[in-house]
Amino acid sequence: MSMLSEGRPTRQEDNLQMTDTGSITTHTGNRALMVDEPLIFEIGSPDRSGVDLPEAPPVESRLGGLEREAPMAIPGLSEGETIRHYTRLSRQNYAIDVGLFPLGSCTMKHNPRLNEKMARLKGFADIHPLQPVDSVQGALGVINELAVWLIKLTGMYGVAMTPKAGAHGELCGILCIRAGLEARGDAREVILVPESAHGTNPATAAFAGYKVEDIPANAAGRVDLEALKARLGPDVAGVMITNPNTCGLFEPDMKAISDAVHEAGGYVYCDGANFNAIVGKVRPGDLGIDAMHINLHKTFSTPHGGGGPGSGPVVLSEALAPYGPLPFTERHADGHITLVEEETVEDRHPHTFGRMSAFHGQMGMFTRALAYILSHGADGLKQVAEDAVLNANYILRSLEDVLEAPFAHSGPCMHEALFSDKGFTNELTTLDLAKGMIDEGYHPMTMYFPLVVHGAMLVEPTETESKAAIDQFIGAFRSVAERAKAGDERLKSAPHFAPRRRLDETQAARKPILVWTEDEDFAQAAE
Amino acid sequence: MRYLPLTPDDRQSMLSKIGAQSIDDLFVDVPEEARLDGPIEGLPMHAGEMAVEAHMKALARKNHAAGDMPFFLGAGAYRHHVPASVDHIIQRGEFLTAYTPYQPEIAQGTLQTLFEFQTQVARLFGVDVANASMYDGSTACWEAIVMARRITKRGKAILSSGLHPHYVSVAKTMARFTKDDLSYQAPTLDAATDGQSMLDQIDDQTSCVVVQYPDILGRIGDLSAIAEKAHKHKALLIAVVTEPVALGAIKSPGEMDADIVVGEGQSLGVGLQFGGPYVGLFGCKQKYVRQMPGRLCGETVDAEGKRGFVLTLSTREQHIRREKATSNICTNSGLCALAFSAHMTLLGEKGLRELAMLNHKKAVQAADRLSQIDGVKLLNDSFFNEFTLVLDADSRPLVRKLADQRILAGVSLGRLYPEVTPLAHGLLVAVTETSTEEELEQFATALEGALS
Repeated sequence: MSMLSEGRPTRQEDNLQMTDTGSITTHTGNRALMVDEPLIFEIGSPDRSGVDLPEAPPVESRLGGLEREAPMAIPGLSEGETIRHYTRLSRQNYAIDVGLFPLGSCTMKHNPRLNEKMARLKGFADIHPLQPVDSVQGALGVINELAVWLIKLTGMYGVAMTPKAGAHGELCGILCIRAGLEARGDAREVILVPESAHGTNPATAAFAGYKVEDIPANAAGRVDLEALKARLGPDVAGVMITNPNTCGLFEPDMKAISDAVHEAGGYVYCDGANFNAIVGKVRPGDLGIDAMHINLHKTFSTPHGGGGPGSGPVVLSEALAPYGPLPFTERHADGHITLVEEETVEDRHPHTFGRMSAFHGQMGMFTRALAYILSHGADGLKQVAEDAVLNANYILRSLEDVLEAPFAHSGPCMHEALFSDKGFTNELTTLDLAKGMIDEGYHPMTMYFPLVVHGAMLVEPTETESKAAIDQFIGAFRSVAERAKAGDERLKSAPHFAPRRRLDETQAARKPILVWTEDEDFAQAAE
Repeated sequence: MRYLPLTPDDRQSMLSKIGAQSIDDLFVDVPEEARLDGPIEGLPMHAGEMAVEAHMKALARKNHAAGDMPFFLGAGAYRHHVPASVDHIIQRGEFLTAYTPYQPEIAQGTLQTLFEFQTQVARLFGVDVANASMYDGSTACWEAIVMARRITKRGKAILSSGLHPHYVSVAKTMARFTKDDLSYQAPTLDAATDGQSMLDQIDDQTSCVVVQYPDILGRIGDLSAIAEKAHKHKALLIAVVTEPVALGAIKSPGEMDADIVVGEGQSLGVGLQFGGPYVGLFGCKQKYVRQMPGRLCGETVDAEGKRGFVLTLSTREQHIRREKATSNICTNSGLCALAFSAHMTLLGEKGLRELAMLNHKKAVQAADRLSQIDGVKLLNDSFFNEFTLVLDADSRPLVRKLADQRILAGVSLGRLYPEVTPLAHGLLVAVTETSTEEELEQFATALEGALS
C-alpha cells in the first residue's frame, strides 16, 4: 500500500468500493479532471468583453440609415474566462496528440509542429490574396514548389492547387472531365462509381450534373474488370475509382481499367484519399489516371482540426490539364512567378473551366504540406508508405484469428486493415465494439464503412505509431473483440468512462436543436 | 527520421509476424512494371528541422507582409487584429489534431464549440439556424443558390452586380454544368446600389436573388424591398456578407427578411493567409433547415440524461445519401470555425459593436482624406469599412507602383474586372482597426505623388 507524506494510505479501500465509483456523487457533478463546461450563452454576457479597443474617432457615421439597433444577444467573456472555457472543452476531445487514432480512410497521423510554425511566419500568414504579384513572390513560390512535388510524386502532367478539400478536389476532377468531353462535343451523362466508394464520389458526380451508376466488385474486394468493360459505352463520361480502395486493397487491374475506359472514350478519376499508402512506391500517372485529388490533410500531415480545413489539389493528365481551374502559378526562366487568373487567362489558359473558389486555394495548408514534404524528402516519403503498410498488415495478421478479415486470404492489405462483425453474439454490433474501444482509451476505428462488408471495421494505424503503441492497441482490440464474441452485455452500454455516455442521436434528428435559445421549449416548438 | 518511430529491428520482427520476407512482399498487388525501385529522381532527400525552416523562411521573406507597411486591401479578405488567445486556443492539440466528431462521446469539445459557433452565426446574421461551416464564402454562395433551386424547384438565379466577382465566377463555373440560369451584369461606378434593377428582374421563374451586403464597391443597400418582391413571387433572397464585422454596425440581413444568409468568416479569428483556409458561414430560416448543405451540430442527451451534442440531420449528407445528398461537402472548416467563435466570444456584442464602429469611423476619416486629393473622387454615399475611389488614372499600374514603394494601396477594380474597361479607374480601399493615421497619411502622400 502506498502512503501520502502524512502517512495516510492513498487508497482508502476500507471505505470505498473502487469498482463502484459510479455511486459517489459530487456537489458539482464533476469528477476531478472531468469537468463539465456550460455554454458561453450561460456564462457570458453581451456587455462583457475580452478585448480592449481604442475610442473610435469623433466623426459622423455613413451607414446609409441602416444602423443595427436590435440587440444581437452575442455574449462575451473576459480573456481568462475564454481561455478556461475552451481549455476545458478541449479536454473532452480525443485527438491524435492524445493517442492512436485508427480511423480507417482518414489517415490520422502525427501533425508536426514545425508545420504550424512555418504557416505562422508573417510572410505567409499576413499577406493578402490580392496583393500585387511582385509583393508575394514567396507565396507563389510555395504554391509552385509544392505543385512540382505533387506532379513528380504522381507522375502526372499538371496540378490544380485551388480545391479546398478532398470532395472539392473530386468536383474539380469531374469538371475537368466534363469540360474535356464538351470540348470535343461529346455530351456523356453517366459516371460509374464502385459501391465501396466514399459517399463524396457519387455526391460529387451528381453535384456536377451527372447520373451515377454502380460498378460491381468481385469476391476479392476489387473492381470487377469484366463487368466494368461490359458497362462502358458512349454514354459513360468516366469512372471514379479509389486506389488503394476503401477495403484497403490495391486495384491490381488499374492500368487495364484505365485502358478500357480510354478506349471507350471516357476518363479515369482516381480518388487519392489513400495516396499515403503508395506515395513514393507507385505513380498514378503510370496507371493511366487522368485526374486524382490528394488530401493534404491525410497524406501530407496537415491537421484535421476537428473537421477541416482540408486541401485537395488535383493532379491532371496531359489530356485534362488544359481544362483545369483558375488561378494557377507559372514559373519563368528568370525565377519570376506569375499568376494566371482572369486578367491573363485568354493568352495562357483559354480552355479553363473557370474558378472554383475565391482567391488561390488553401495557402495555410500548402505551407504546412511543403514543410512536411521537405522534411521527409523523396526517401522519407517512400518510407512513410512502407511503414504505413507494414503497420496495417501487422494489425491484420495479429487480429485475423479473432476477427473475420474478409479479404485477408487474398493477400496483404495496404495502409488499412478491414474486419467484419462476424461471430459477435448477443446482438452485439460493430458500434458496441467501437464504444468499448473508447473505454479502453482509444478513438474507435471507422465503422460500417465500406458498405460492402457487414459491420465493417476499418483500422488505419498510419506510419507514425511505434510498435509498442500498436501492440497495446492490438491487445485492447483483441480483448474487446473477444468480449463482443462472448456476448458481454456491458458493451451495449459502453462507453462508461468517457465525458458522455451514449448520446441519443435519434432524438437529435427528430427534434433538431441547432442553436441555443433562452427557452429550449421554444426551440422545439419552432420545428 | 524524426516522424517515424519504427526501428529496423521493429520492421524485421513485424515482417516476421506477418510472414513476409521483405516490405516488397506487401506491395505484390502493385504490378511490377509500375513499382518504383528507389526514391523518385530529381527530388531532394530528407532534411532536418533547421534546414526546412531556413528554406521556408527564405520564401516567406520574399513577401511583403501586410503588418510591415501601410495596408488597405479588402475585397473579400480583411486584415483585423486577432487576439493572442485565439491562436493559443486553436493550437490546443485536442482541437488541432482531432477528427470530424464522428464519436460524440469523446468529441464534446469540438461539438459544443460548433453548437456555440452555429448560434453565434445565426444571431449575427439574424436568422434562425446556421450550419457548422463551409469551405469559404464563395463556395457557400453557390451552395445557397443550389439550395434555393431545391426549395423553389426553379433554376433562374438573379445575381446582383454588387456580388464579389470571384463568387460570381464560382457560380458561373458550376452553372455551366448544372444548367442553372444565372442573370448577372458587372457593376457600374454609381453611388447607388443596383437594388432597383434587382426588383425589376424578379418574376415567377426566379428561384433566388443573390445580393452582397455591403456590396463589392462597399455600398450598403436596404434589402427589405428585394425580400418583399422576391417573396411575392415565391423566390428566395440570399444575402452574402463578405465582411462579418460590418454586422456589428448595420442591420442584419435576417432583420430585412433574407431567407438564406451566407458569408465569409475570415475577418474574425482567421487572418489573411493569402486567401485560405477561410471559413464559409451559412445560415437560413428554420423552415429550410432540412435543405441545408454541410454538417449540423445538434443538442441531445446521453444515456444518463446529461446534455450533449452530436452531428445531426445527416440524412442530408453524402456519407448517407450518396448521389442524393444536398451537397458533396465532407470536410469543412472546423478549426477556422473555432477561431471565429473564440474571437467572437472574446468580443461579445459590446466588443463587436465597438470594433465595427472603430472600423467604420476610421474608414470615414480615410475616405475624407483621400478624396481631397486631386484626381480622386469618392464613389460611395454609404459604406462600412471599405469604399471605392474613382481615380483619374488606371488603378492597376498605380497599385503596383505603390507596392514597389512598400505601400499596399487597395484592390484595383481592373484586376477584379479585367473585361470591363470603365472599372479600371476604380480602387477599392479598406480601412480596419489595424490602420493607423500615420499609415493613412503615408498612403495619401504617395497617392498624391503618383497622380500628379
